[in-house]
Amino acid sequence: MMAKTIAQINEKIKKGKVVVITAEEMKRLVRKSGLKKAARQVDVVTTATFGPMCSSGVYLNLGHPKPKIKLGAGKATLNGVEAYCGLAAADIFIGAAALAEDDPRNKVYPGEFKYGGGHVIEDLLKGKDLILEASAYGTDCYPRRNLKTLINLKDINEAVLFNPRNLYQSYNVAVNLSSKIIYTYMGALRPNLGNANYCSCGQLSPLLNDPLYKTIGIGTKIFLGGGVGFISFWGTQHNPSVKRARNSTPLSPAGTAAVIGDLKQMDAKWLKGVSLLGYGASLAVGIGVPIPILNEEIARYTSVTDEDITTQIVDYSKAYPKGTGEVLGSISYAELKSGKIKIMGKSVPVGCLSSYFKAREISQELKKWIQKGKFLLTEAVAALPGPKSGYASKGLKIREVKGGE
Amino acid sequence: MYSKKIVLNFPSQLVGKPLIYRLSKDFKLEFNILKALVNPEEEGLMVLELKGQKAEYERAVKYLQKEKVKVQTLSRDVSRDEKKCVHCGACVTICPAQAFSFDQQSRKVIFAQDKCIACGICIKNCPYTALKMSL
Repeated sequence: MMAKTIAQINEKIKKGKVVVITAEEMKRLVRKSGLKKAARQVDVVTTATFGPMCSSGVYLNLGHPKPKIKLGAGKATLNGVEAYCGLAAADIFIGAAALAEDDPRNKVYPGEFKYGGGHVIEDLLKGKDLILEASAYGTDCYPRRNLKTLINLKDINEAVLFNPRNLYQSYNVAVNLSSKIIYTYMGALRPNLGNANYCSCGQLSPLLNDPLYKTIGIGTKIFLGGGVGFISFWGTQHNPSVKRARNSTPLSPAGTAAVIGDLKQMDAKWLKGVSLLGYGASLAVGIGVPIPILNEEIARYTSVTDEDITTQIVDYSKAYPKGTGEVLGSISYAELKSGKIKIMGKSVPVGCLSSYFKAREISQELKKWIQKGKFLLTEAVAALPGPKSGYASKGLKIREVKGGE
Repeated sequence: MYSKKIVLNFPSQLVGKPLIYRLSKDFKLEFNILKALVNPEEEGLMVLELKGQKAEYERAVKYLQKEKVKVQTLSRDVSRDEKKCVHCGACVTICPAQAFSFDQQSRKVIFAQDKCIACGICIKNCPYTALKMSL
């Protein structure tokens, strides 16, 4: 087959002649028509995911009040939730996991975390007024020391969703081997293998359809929270060097991506505050990534199904918190989706934290955008570090601090 | 087959009596204990699902009331806000009554309200606060 280029695909998008299908449809097409034919027919495959992604947040430029205030090195809260003030005078950052100073956290266990940074971001996006309270030390050019006002998304200069780590390429299956219930970011885990929770959209997930990062890279234009965003860098804890299956998908959590986009374009349907019982607040993010079918190899990657993607089962009562790296076994996403899996001889019911239903909606939405010609593909400006780059995620080694007295 | 969920409050002097046995023996009612808090020397509370003939059920309730048991129909109900639910499935394995399950085709979480025992465990476990208890 003649290899296609992204420029050629964009020409077809502009002329309304592009053939774009979702990753789910691609699996069916390859099964029915074979790889060669599918690769020739299809120009773009849309992939997607939706789930809690704690490493997310929004930076805001509020505009300057009169007289001016230097929020940098001051303090600010939005609806009582703490924002980060280590930037310039009118810039603040609100992280998804941030809480109000007086939130009881886990003092009454398990804490409910009803309103955190993720909820502030959702309310901001919904057009609600937020209460900004700030204090500063005062300078000659920024004399104001206190500020209390309502702010609204439509009035502030910028609100940019900037997530250091999203799009995890596969994730652990969490279980609990201990004799009491535990509350984790993977949900409540009942004692003695009472349940198993996973968090990935498997065969629909962007980085599982491009396992070696051949098309998804820095600069890739994406669907982010209902608006247009970009992959800005590789994500924190990006770990491409893990063991992989013969189809190149990783056998454990691997690649990640940092993403960025204008919050003002987004829709609260695809960006939602999350309360994880006993764990904390977070933000659920919906992301869609188009994969250009440039050749047969890329078509093959996008034809991978849940049967052929496996991940690892980890005990969150001991192995995970202690960081032992111990794994109880591996399991395919197809088995996870069946609702029951076998672990250590026991039949265990399976729950989930990500939403395949929402991810499917996103893959269909992005498909429509491309069909209508309102979304063109971009060429990556640089690749994410791949499996042979030597790039790997490390733990933190604790070293003694001397001479502290 | 008539079926009803009821809440029984009984005073401490009745805790020793085999009331539930009577429901089954004298009124031919099938019972399923959904919740029970019964301590000696204290008042007891029990949530039951009863199944049987409607006339027998009504006679049974009269019998319980004669024995000074306070009988209320279970009016608590868990409801789901369809706008908030994202169909993730965090509730699926947490529900003791298996009221939530995935539809394999749509990948939506189906909420079978008839299985719900209104215990409320799912409410705090829903990351999107899509579930609430209504009275």
